[in-house]
Amino acid sequence: MSDFDFTSTAYNAQLAEKKLVGSRCKKCGQPFLPPRALCSHCRSSEMEPYEFSGKGKLAAYTVIYFGPTSMKNAGYDNKNPYCSGIVDLEEGPRISAQIFGVDIARPEAIQIGTPLTAEFFERGDGESKKVFLGFKA
Amino acid sequence: MTGRRLGRGVALVGAGMSKFGAFPGKNTRELLVEAYQEMTASLDKGFDPAAVEAVYIGNFSSELFEGQGHTAPIMADWLGLNPVPATRVEGACASGSLALRQGILAIASGLYNVVLVGGTEKMTGLTTDGATDALATAADVTYETPAGFTFPGMYAAIATAYMHEYGMTPETLLQVGIKNHEHGALNPKAQFGQRISTIMEARKASAARKGKPVPTWVTELDFLHDPAANPQIAWPLRLFDCSPVSDGAASVLLVSEDIARQYTDAPLHLIGTGQASDTALHGRSTLTSLPAAKKAGLIAYEMAGVTPNDIKAVEVHDCFTIAEIVATEDLGFFKPGEGWKAAEDGLTTRGGARPVNTSGGLKSKGHPVGASGVGQVIEIFHQLRGSAGERQLPGSPHIGMTHNVGGTGQTCAVNIFERR
Repeated sequence: MSDFDFTSTAYNAQLAEKKLVGSRCKKCGQPFLPPRALCSHCRSSEMEPYEFSGKGKLAAYTVIYFGPTSMKNAGYDNKNPYCSGIVDLEEGPRISAQIFGVDIARPEAIQIGTPLTAEFFERGDGESKKVFLGFKA
Repeated sequence: MTGRRLGRGVALVGAGMSKFGAFPGKNTRELLVEAYQEMTASLDKGFDPAAVEAVYIGNFSSELFEGQGHTAPIMADWLGLNPVPATRVEGACASGSLALRQGILAIASGLYNVVLVGGTEKMTGLTTDGATDALATAADVTYETPAGFTFPGMYAAIATAYMHEYGMTPETLLQVGIKNHEHGALNPKAQFGQRISTIMEARKASAARKGKPVPTWVTELDFLHDPAANPQIAWPLRLFDCSPVSDGAASVLLVSEDIARQYTDAPLHLIGTGQASDTALHGRSTLTSLPAAKKAGLIAYEMAGVTPNDIKAVEVHDCFTIAEIVATEDLGFFKPGEGWKAAEDGLTTRGGARPVNTSGGLKSKGHPVGASGVGQVIEIFHQLRGSAGERQLPGSPHIGMTHNVGGTGQTCAVNIFERR
């Protein structure tokens, strides 16, 4: 990770290796996911790469019946909806991700606070194929 | 931080808007011309267009919606105002308020005395899917969109966090929609200016006319609970929790305070303006409030020297029903966690103790995104001047507020106006 330069390209390259890598401020210790080069907490510019455990809890969610074109292309529609959520990572930051392993048919029964672990998955065809971050209950 | 002050006073002297709706034969510039003409007609002491020194246009994405970039000079040209400097201002769904703010700052700086502000958006040229994708570019496409989030989806996530924290159920959200349609039914400019009961009866009549089975809905809640009439979009948000895809424009004339009475005997004074920025939804300390809206509100209140109780007319950014509930808390009208109870108790209706969105809000009036912030000002203009017709608030309100949000709160702007 010595060449990790806190960009989205570097973040996605780590996702492809099934690693969740953000950054941490060397001055104040604040971790960030996604990575950023400048600390929005203490305004320092001294960052280091920081690997997250991929463990967290569901902080907010929705079941989406009418998704963007990218999700329609992935096979989702109002007969086959999906769950997107915001995950509280055990290291502190939150991140947006698709959520798997919850009861899509009963959104009211999905529980905020459900423990989750990172699940890396591929989507897309040919050159647009890439690894995405998801979380699984 | 010490309070911020404008360099000199700014007055709002004229306001007008096009009807909001779906207008297949009209583009952004033509909609803005309509709004401008109504604005000039509102200047009761007359108006010489040659007096306009600068133009600020709020527009989110004419590139994506119409394939047209470099929008501002075209707007100035069609208004007949070239060669004055014309500048487009973009802040997603808060673009209109940001254009207004640039106009305010330009006059307060002393550079100009007369500034035209417009907001315009033409969204219905795309399919609903196309509009959903275009609007999604107001989110963080690098780190939010890959999660599958749409805008309804992100506000739905706010709703689940709010329900979890404060005990609200999706039933309360339906009340916000019912209320805003009741308000919009009195607004001739509204895109869906009908009560939900009127929409329901029209659907029943249409089914009967076509010889189809007539739905058995009796109450508005029967209709809103029926997935055929009110499908889930992003749980817990259904179709009638979402503002529509709209075309429309709005326009106001701002002048320095000292010349306001050359234009009208009833100018409004801009007494507070606040704007703030924030990170993506997942990066915030809270999911049940928009910190940038709170901040923008605090700056505006402080500048104006008023408190929430002084605000007698208010238009808030109800792009989704949950957004109105959160807004009423962020602006200090209700304590955190109590906005939903206020909505349920009817406090935010036109006859309630704290009327919100007398225009019908974005929900019923329509949400042509770049125009919406300026459209909110049109309602406050009429409410404070007593010209809001059937939807006029009682008690001759003299202080009003607009609250306009871009994205899920990455941009927020709050303005306070006073009739003296």
